[in-house]
Amino acid sequence: MKSVKPGLDAYALTWRLPVIIWQVLFFVAPLAFMIAMSFFLVKNYRMVEAFELANWIKMFSRDYFRDTYWQTLGLASLTTACATMLAFPAAFALSFKVSENARRWAIFFLIIPFFTSYLVRIFSWYVLLAESGVINKIIGFLGVGPYTMLNTMFGTMVGYFALTLPLVIILQTLSMSSIDRSLIEAAHNLGAGRFRTIFQVIIPSAKIGLVVGALFCFILSFGDFVSPYYLGGSQPPTLTILITDTTKSGQQWPRAAVVAVTMMVTLMVIAFSAIKFAYHNRSQ
Amino acid sequence: MKNKSTTLSLSRRQFIKRSGGVATAIAFPAIVTSRKALAEPTEINMLAWYGHGEPDVVSEFEAMNNVKFNPKYYAGGDNMLGLIAQSPPGTYDIILSDAEFVQQLNQAGYIEELNPDDYPIDDFIHEDFKQFPGHWSDGKMYSVMVRFGYLGVSYNRNAIGDDDAMSYKCFWNEDIAGKVGHFDWHLPSLGMMSLLNGNIPKPFDIDSGAWKGVQETTMSLRPQVGGFFDYGGTFNSLKNSEMSAICGIGDWITGVLEKDGAPVTSVVPKEGGIQWTESYCIGKGSAKAELVNQFIQYMMSPAGQVRSAEMAAYPAFCVTNAGQAELRNVNMKEAERTGQIVGAANNPLTLISEGRIHYREVPIQQSLEEWNDFWSEYKNA
Repeated sequence: MKSVKPGLDAYALTWRLPVIIWQVLFFVAPLAFMIAMSFFLVKNYRMVEAFELANWIKMFSRDYFRDTYWQTLGLASLTTACATMLAFPAAFALSFKVSENARRWAIFFLIIPFFTSYLVRIFSWYVLLAESGVINKIIGFLGVGPYTMLNTMFGTMVGYFALTLPLVIILQTLSMSSIDRSLIEAAHNLGAGRFRTIFQVIIPSAKIGLVVGALFCFILSFGDFVSPYYLGGSQPPTLTILITDTTKSGQQWPRAAVVAVTMMVTLMVIAFSAIKFAYHNRSQ
Repeated sequence: MKNKSTTLSLSRRQFIKRSGGVATAIAFPAIVTSRKALAEPTEINMLAWYGHGEPDVVSEFEAMNNVKFNPKYYAGGDNMLGLIAQSPPGTYDIILSDAEFVQQLNQAGYIEELNPDDYPIDDFIHEDFKQFPGHWSDGKMYSVMVRFGYLGVSYNRNAIGDDDAMSYKCFWNEDIAGKVGHFDWHLPSLGMMSLLNGNIPKPFDIDSGAWKGVQETTMSLRPQVGGFFDYGGTFNSLKNSEMSAICGIGDWITGVLEKDGAPVTSVVPKEGGIQWTESYCIGKGSAKAELVNQFIQYMMSPAGQVRSAEMAAYPAFCVTNAGQAELRNVNMKEAERTGQIVGAANNPLTLISEGRIHYREVPIQQSLEEWNDFWSEYKNA
C-alpha cells in the first residue's frame, strides 16, 4: 500500500491559509512588534525607535520584577493545581454518574457564567467577600468570623477560580466522557478497585483533556489583571499589575513590553512542555 | 355681488397658495431658531480626570451651545502626558491637567496660549492662584486654574479618633493593621510621607538623604497596608469598611461618601496637607478653540464653579469668590461641609495662611521614574 505523505499541495494550502493569515496578523506580527518595542526608548513621554538593551537590563536588575515574576508564577501554578483537583470530582460525576441529559444541562449551566462580563462577575464577588459582605454575615450567625477575604491572596484565588473553574470542569468532562467504557469494565472485571481504576485507567485515558484543562487554567490566571487588582488589592502584585504600573507612570511602554515578552516566553515554554507531556507515549 | 363673492370665496388653488404662505410665515421664526437645534452637535474632545465630561457638569453647556463632549478619562498626570504624546496634534480640544503637569504640557507645545482677560482672575480667592506656578511662561498664560482640593488623612471615624487623625502617624496605629489602603499613585502618598518626615515647605523638592528617609518611612508602613486601589477600589473599600484609612487621598473621595452618610472624612493633619489643583488648557491645534474657551469661561462663572464644587464624581473647592458666594446661595450645606464660609476652621484659605498646605509637584531633585520605581518596590515588599 502506498503511504500518504503530508505534502504542500495547493488544495491543502488553501484550507490552511485562513489560519496562517490569522496567526500572522494577530499573533506573529503583534508579538514581533512587542519584541521590537522592548528595545525602544522613551523620551518626553514619547516612544523613540532604538535598539537598546536598557529596558531589559533595567527590568531584570530590579528585585521587584523578579519577586513579581515568581509570585505570579506561584499563584497561577497553585490555581491550576487546585482547580484541576476541584474540577475532577465534578467532571467525574458528570461523565460517569449522571444521565446524558443531565450532563448536557450541567455543561449548559457551566457555560452560562461566560455570558456575563468577567469584570461584573468579579464585582459580584466583591459584595460576597467583603467584611460586611454576604459570606461573613452568614457565618456570623454561627458565631464565626468576620474574616478578611478581600485584598488578600485568597481574594485573588477566588477570582481566578471564578474565571477558570467552569472551563476546567467542561474540558475534563468532555475528555472523560469520551473514554471507552469497555476499558473501565475490563479494569473492574480484572479486579481493580474504584481508585485503582481512576488512577490507572481513567486519568491516563483522559490525560490530554486534563492537561489541556490545566493549561488553559494556567494561561488565564497567569495573564489575569482583574482578580489580583480588584479582589486581591495588589496583595501580592502580579506581572499584569506591574505592566499597568509601568505604563501608567512615565509611559514606559518598552519596559512594559519587556514584562509582556517575559510572560509570553514563560507561557510558551509551559504550553509546549504541557502538550509534550500530554501526548507523550500517545502513539504507542 | 360678484365683487363680494370674490372677496369672500376662494378658489381651491388660491386657498392652498394663501394658506401655504400663512403657514410659512408662522413657521419661519421656528424654522430659523430650530436650525441650530436640528444641526448635528459639535463634538468637543476632552481629556480629563473621571467625571469632568459627565452630564452633571457639562449638560447645561451642551444644551446651550449645541455641543457634545466626548471625554477620554485618565488617572494621573503622567498618564495624561502619555496619552497626549501618542495622539496626533489637535486630538484633544480641551485638557484638564493637574497643575504640576501644565509646565510640561507647555514645554512640549501641546497647549495654546490663553487670554487672561477672558477669565475672572482678579476674583480668585488667593493671590497665589492668580499666577499659579507653571501656568504662566514669559508673561503669557497657558492654563487657568478651575478647582482645587486638599489631600491629608482620610479615615473611618469609627476606627480612628478625630484627634489621632490629626497626624499621619495614625496610619501606623496597631488597631488598623492591614486596614490602611493606598491610592495607587506614588505622588500623593510619597508626598505625605515626605511631610511626615518634616520636609516642609517643599515635600517634593528633597535631596538624596531626605529621599532615602522618605523611602524608609514609607517602607515601615508596608506591614499596615491592606491594598492598593484605583478610584473605584478606594471608594468601595472605604464604603464597606474594608479599609479604615487611605493614604494618598482627601475629601475628593471621602466627600462623596460623607455626603451619602458614611462615617468617613478627611482632615489636613498637623504635618500639613497637599493641594491638588486642576486647570483647563486648550489643546494645540484644536479647531474648536473658541468654543472651548467659552466652556472654560462657563466653568469659571459662578454657576460653573458650583457645578465643579458639586461634581458627582468628586467635589472640590471653588477658585473664585463669586463661585463660593454662589455655592453658599444654592447649597449652604456643602459650603459648610467643605469650609467655604468665612471664618470656618477648615476654610481652605485659613489652612493656606497657617502654612499647612503645600502644592503637589513632580519630584524636583529625583526623576519621576525613580519615585515610580520605588513605588513598585514598595508594593512588592
